[in-house]
Amino acid sequence: MRHLLDTKTLAREDALRILDVAEDMADTQQREVKKLPTLRGKTVVNLFFEDSTRTRISFEAAAKRLSADVINFSAKGSSVSKGESLQDTAQTLQAMAADAVVIRHSASGAPRTLATSGWISAGVVNAGDGTHEHPTQALLDAFTIRKRRYGADSRGRDLTGMRVTIVGDILHSRVARSNVWLLHTLGAEVALVAPPTLVPQDVSAWPVRVGYDLDEAVGEGPDALMMLRIQLERMNASYFPNEREYSRRWGLDPERFAALPQSTMVMHPGPMNRGLEICAEAADSPRSTVLDQVTNGVSVRMAALYLLLAGERPAPGADDDAQKEDAR
Amino acid sequence: MSEALLFTGARIEGGASADILVADGVIAGVGSGLDRRGARIVDADGLLVLPGLVDLHTHLREPGYEDSETVLTGSRAAAVGGYTAVFAMPNTSPVADTAGVVEQELALGEAAGLVTVQPIGAVTVGQKGERLAELGAMAASRARVRVFSDDGSCVWDPLIMRRALEYVKAFDGVIAQHAQDPRLTAGAQMNEGTVSSELGLAGWPAVAEESIIARDVLLAEHVGSRLHVCHLSTAGSVDLIRWAKKRGVQVTAEVTPHHLLLTEDLVRGYDARFKVNPPLRRNEDVQAVREGLADGTIDIVATDHAPHPAEAKACEWQAAANGMVGLESALRVVHAAMVDTGLLEWTDVARVMSRTPAAIGQLPGHGRPIAAGEPAELTFYDPAAGGEFGVADLRGRSVNSPYLGRRLPGDVRFTVHAGRLTVADGALTEEARA
Repeated sequence: MRHLLDTKTLAREDALRILDVAEDMADTQQREVKKLPTLRGKTVVNLFFEDSTRTRISFEAAAKRLSADVINFSAKGSSVSKGESLQDTAQTLQAMAADAVVIRHSASGAPRTLATSGWISAGVVNAGDGTHEHPTQALLDAFTIRKRRYGADSRGRDLTGMRVTIVGDILHSRVARSNVWLLHTLGAEVALVAPPTLVPQDVSAWPVRVGYDLDEAVGEGPDALMMLRIQLERMNASYFPNEREYSRRWGLDPERFAALPQSTMVMHPGPMNRGLEICAEAADSPRSTVLDQVTNGVSVRMAALYLLLAGERPAPGADDDAQKEDAR
Repeated sequence: MSEALLFTGARIEGGASADILVADGVIAGVGSGLDRRGARIVDADGLLVLPGLVDLHTHLREPGYEDSETVLTGSRAAAVGGYTAVFAMPNTSPVADTAGVVEQELALGEAAGLVTVQPIGAVTVGQKGERLAELGAMAASRARVRVFSDDGSCVWDPLIMRRALEYVKAFDGVIAQHAQDPRLTAGAQMNEGTVSSELGLAGWPAVAEESIIARDVLLAEHVGSRLHVCHLSTAGSVDLIRWAKKRGVQVTAEVTPHHLLLTEDLVRGYDARFKVNPPLRRNEDVQAVREGLADGTIDIVATDHAPHPAEAKACEWQAAANGMVGLESALRVVHAAMVDTGLLEWTDVARVMSRTPAAIGQLPGHGRPIAAGEPAELTFYDPAAGGEFGVADLRGRSVNSPYLGRRLPGDVRFTVHAGRLTVADGALTEEARA
């Protein structure tokens, strides 16, 4: 694997490989000494143009447990202010011989631009770009669903037959996009439930069902119900009237939670707005996977970094998968 | 006095072959057996000759943005593309919203001397859409402005638009509207639809263009004024213009070469060379604007040549500037999109890229018939040539072309402006490079 930029173009075998390696990584995290020597001497840069403490420390923990050297580069605001361009930052990291760059950026496509620009030879991991994708989040979600369903028997399995419903602000969610593609690739049936204003304008090409009624979706008893964080500033742009109405129609409140089958897992990528899109009972119940998702995030990111860095690096400027893909 | 030129064997607008004698800035004769004494003989056998191309929509960037383009470098780009006249959009710094700035633009064009540079005046002060600029003063200036536009911004306020349409009747002007509802396109990055939904880029919906066009044709009808619609890009816009023309509204419309050839699928790699406003649209839209141009609904092709320095494009998509250079490639792109597809004849190309843009802009001395006594503004084009378009084909200051690496048919061989060669054998003449 040269880069991990999205799940849209991630093949089933590659996705399963990451999930299975993550199982191995998870096993090592049960030991007293969690650190592996695998990436000793490699340098991983966390290049965050946007604040995200949770994602950054998850990647940091993953890299450190593989013995890589970690540099945290917070470049927040620099692209907006034009103080330092993506190109200059990338070339600086190249000059410092980074082996992998984990990038979080507010602009959709920035990781791809970084990977295909020729500015840098490091492998690029997308840690969330604008409203485009967040592939490691989707991988950890898939890992979590598989683990909950199959436990120790998870390796090699996909999600065929599983029904996953994603609820909330699909329009602005990179988590939703990455999950739609990955869960579909792994054989799951995906449904989206959202206010019509928060569904992208044309999702006819997406392998999903779209609905507006959360009660109906709850009544279908999905295997997993994934609640997305709602940004309150959305109501200022008339996506919905106010938080009370949002919560009433699209929040997982105690009544809806009670109506779910016992077997339905409740997921949330965090951070949660308790009482808004998810009630405390649901968030703290045994059916909630929220903390598992955090734990699994480290294992999945260890797997991604391992698969990116354990092999040989091609020379700078050498042809790579992303470029080949663009040429098609 | 410039030397006399005798072009031998060129096909006039792709039709019959003839020799063309150019002397003293005019076409001295067309036919065979012309008096060739003292004339430099130019072999134009197999080339077709068109009236010099006229671009109603060029950004020359000077004054203010000389890192992108100057009047001189933009004139060179125009000449190698076969243009003999360009209309310069007013979104410079300062904005061309006074007689002083348009006269400066005119003087810079005259000093460059490679094409006729006709300034367009801003509709509103500073292109802010709030108060009318001194349209009458610009019209009466030495630049004799007849086309007014806030291009880059839409004259969004319907009352300001109505007043502008009415006011310019006093000097037979026309308002060229950049049709874009600003509220529906806040933060917009690409065409809104299936691709933007997938890529997570904020959408620029077709309705934001179409709703303004619908409003403006109704306003133009109501006040009996002339309206020109810039860079129309959607199938719905074509329908609206067709409807308006049927009603007798005095409206003309332009399409860019890139909207005739390229689609939004090119955005998938987030390569900012393909970022432009209005954005690249769906294949259905490309087919519709081609049909619209073929049936006369769309009157002209205009480049929207928009140079930007490298750093404005070598960045993440969202931070990149909108726009593409287009002067050097326009004729070849129209060749590929319209002639090779059988939708236009070469005589139609002469109409949509020279005669009609000159008429809309009321530019004397351009877009004239290729006949004795007419001004010598000519473009000689080899339709049998072709090749990969590259940076070497660009002669302006910027290289933000979406066609780099793409095969395009044809080749501009000679351009004649005011009776002198600006391009010879496919390259700028020494005089044009100086």
